[in-house]
Amino acid sequence: MDSGAANDPFPHRHLLGIEGLSRREILYLLDHAGAYADQTRGQTEPRLRGRTVINLFFENSTRTRTSFELAAKRLGGDVINMQAQTSSIKKGETLIDTAMTLNAMRPDVLVVRHPESGAVQLLSEKVDCAVINAGDGSHEHPTQALVDALTIRRRKGRLEGLVVAICGDISHSRVARSNIYLLNTMGAQVRVVAPRTLVPAAMERFGVEVFYDMKRGLAGADIVMMLRLQTERMHGSFVPSIREYFHFFGLDYAKLSVAKDDALIMHPGPMNRGVEIDTEVADDIDRSVIRQQVEMGVAVRMACLEALNRDARASAAT
Amino acid sequence: MTERILFTNARLLDPTSNLDRSGELLAENGVIAAFGPNLARDGLGDDVHVVDCAGCCLAPGLVDMRVQLREPGDEHQETLATGAESAVAGGITTMAMLPNTAPPIDDYALVEFVSRRSREIGRAAIRTYAAATKGLKGRELTEYGLLAEAGAVAFTDGVRAVADALVMRRALSYASTFDLLLVQHPEEPSLSAGGAMNAGEIATRLGLAGITAAAETIMVERDIRLVEITGGRYHAAHLSTAGAIDAVRRAKARGLPVTCDTAPHYFALNETAVGDYRTFAKVSPPLRDEEDRRAVIEGLKDGTIDAIASDHTPQDQESKRLPFASAEPGIVGLETLLPLALELYHNGSLNLLQVVRALSQRPAEILRLPGGHLKPGAPADFTIFDLDRPWRIDVGALRSKCKNAPYDGRPVQGLVTRTVVSGRTVFGLEA
Repeated sequence: MDSGAANDPFPHRHLLGIEGLSRREILYLLDHAGAYADQTRGQTEPRLRGRTVINLFFENSTRTRTSFELAAKRLGGDVINMQAQTSSIKKGETLIDTAMTLNAMRPDVLVVRHPESGAVQLLSEKVDCAVINAGDGSHEHPTQALVDALTIRRRKGRLEGLVVAICGDISHSRVARSNIYLLNTMGAQVRVVAPRTLVPAAMERFGVEVFYDMKRGLAGADIVMMLRLQTERMHGSFVPSIREYFHFFGLDYAKLSVAKDDALIMHPGPMNRGVEIDTEVADDIDRSVIRQQVEMGVAVRMACLEALNRDARASAAT
Repeated sequence: MTERILFTNARLLDPTSNLDRSGELLAENGVIAAFGPNLARDGLGDDVHVVDCAGCCLAPGLVDMRVQLREPGDEHQETLATGAESAVAGGITTMAMLPNTAPPIDDYALVEFVSRRSREIGRAAIRTYAAATKGLKGRELTEYGLLAEAGAVAFTDGVRAVADALVMRRALSYASTFDLLLVQHPEEPSLSAGGAMNAGEIATRLGLAGITAAAETIMVERDIRLVEITGGRYHAAHLSTAGAIDAVRRAKARGLPVTCDTAPHYFALNETAVGDYRTFAKVSPPLRDEEDRRAVIEGLKDGTIDAIASDHTPQDQESKRLPFASAEPGIVGLETLLPLALELYHNGSLNLLQVVRALSQRPAEILRLPGGHLKPGAPADFTIFDLDRPWRIDVGALRSKCKNAPYDGRPVQGLVTRTVVSGRTVFGLEA
């Protein structure tokens, strides 16, 4: 299987993060996801027929888990959902024991979300199947970044050269990290905008420009990407109050007015209306692509499952 | 109609431009219009009001960056009005009050209350700090952005240190989002708890629990480390120890955004003033030993200590007439700020412009207030004082509601003869 690696458009066993993916690999996934997004349901080839996908979620999720499930089913695969709350993990089994147990059942793909950074990688080292990171701690959420990129590309026709402002809780956000890697790799100009308490150390080393003032950060932006502020960070530890956060960092029309006239508004969900985003802005059908992001979710996850199973087929053949 | 006031026969002092010469100053509609050795009178017309300064010093109005007023909550000790009256008698034209009122100033409505009362009272301008943490409890940050928009000059927990290192780190970090200043009462509470005076020989003789100088040094050094990683602007209030002053000196040499002040009692007195359990000499931080007192003067000399603030702390008889350890700390200082600071000039420790700089220019710069210098267009806020006039402090005659000061009968030199706010005389010795 190594022989073809040089020509292989996606030579990875797992999808653990965007960091380290090349421009060509990202394009490969986006192109395929775009094609899936354009297909009507009957057209889809059942490329996952006979294959098993296990959704292993150690953290609550509705949209990510559902979109992986739908993606696998549309490709004809068998899907099993495991929520940490109801499984043996609750009974004290360690992560590695859980991985070994599942591995013994010989699934083809494990889709894993875990509250601790690095947990998905640890698990991937212990299993024989492909692993997709559906979000680990504050580290990465690669499929969300691909969803965002696909959404932008379909509206703007490109990623290169766009000014993208990522606003809000950068410190604790895996979505922000994955987006920064992806957008930088694709030649966009990335800014982060947040109160200083929510900007992690050494941000400038990530090739982004840091702003502590929303109006300056949004000036001339093509894309305004809002992040969710977790409730436990809102009351005095990182941010004093919801009203102050909204006043200075919540997206409303006044702050949006300095961005480009055709700037798009994004949010990975779930939104806190009136905290990081004004309801009217979130629902503005001309500007907000928040619904389209959800829509692209299935197509992107189909492309990722397919890319990794193509590998599985190749290794099975040798 | 243009309101013109000409101050003649004055010794003009402006530390910002190192001006020290006799001359005249013209104020128009509350701001400085011009000043110099001889202003052309021809164009001024007949309506100009002339104030003869009789050779006295005319300096930028004093800016007192640390006072406690007791309104709202403890109006029997001090109100905004009595505090403002006492301030102008001391030559102070702007003061910044701590947020340790009842309720504490941690909500923008209270900041607006102070601003409104200040305008109504119309004496010295009263500005306020806002609490650095909700309820001054040292845990959750207050709304720095909204409070600053309402007019809070900076953020502090007043007479309490922001003790928790993580909270202080977040406070500095969050404040830097809006380029705001954090002011610390630098005293490690786990070391000062239960202490009544400076740790040392006298405390031992008196049988009082001591507060080690290290309590201050440790907190300042810790905070400087936090400034380094957050980039937040930091001001250490009322420094009293050689160790802390040296820490600030080193931080400044490294270019960190660190400033500090001291209060007159830390250079005018030392721990011996506590003498026979004199609770009027009980302050927080405590009066230190002679070496520390000299270090404070050295710090003022070389500019390490930016400002002198009165640390005005009204305490009624019931709070002071108690066994030493139970008595409340604090000295009322609005009316003694200038004469005690001028002791440093009269005894040759500082030159006159250095004294004026620490009382006006630097505090105004640190708090980013408009006054503190003589410049066309600047507010016509002045302190006019007779530099050499000797007098004795009479604590009973202080205008503050409380008379807790250990200076009764102390001979001093330098007397405020007139205080001018926005061109208006708000205090006059003869008036």
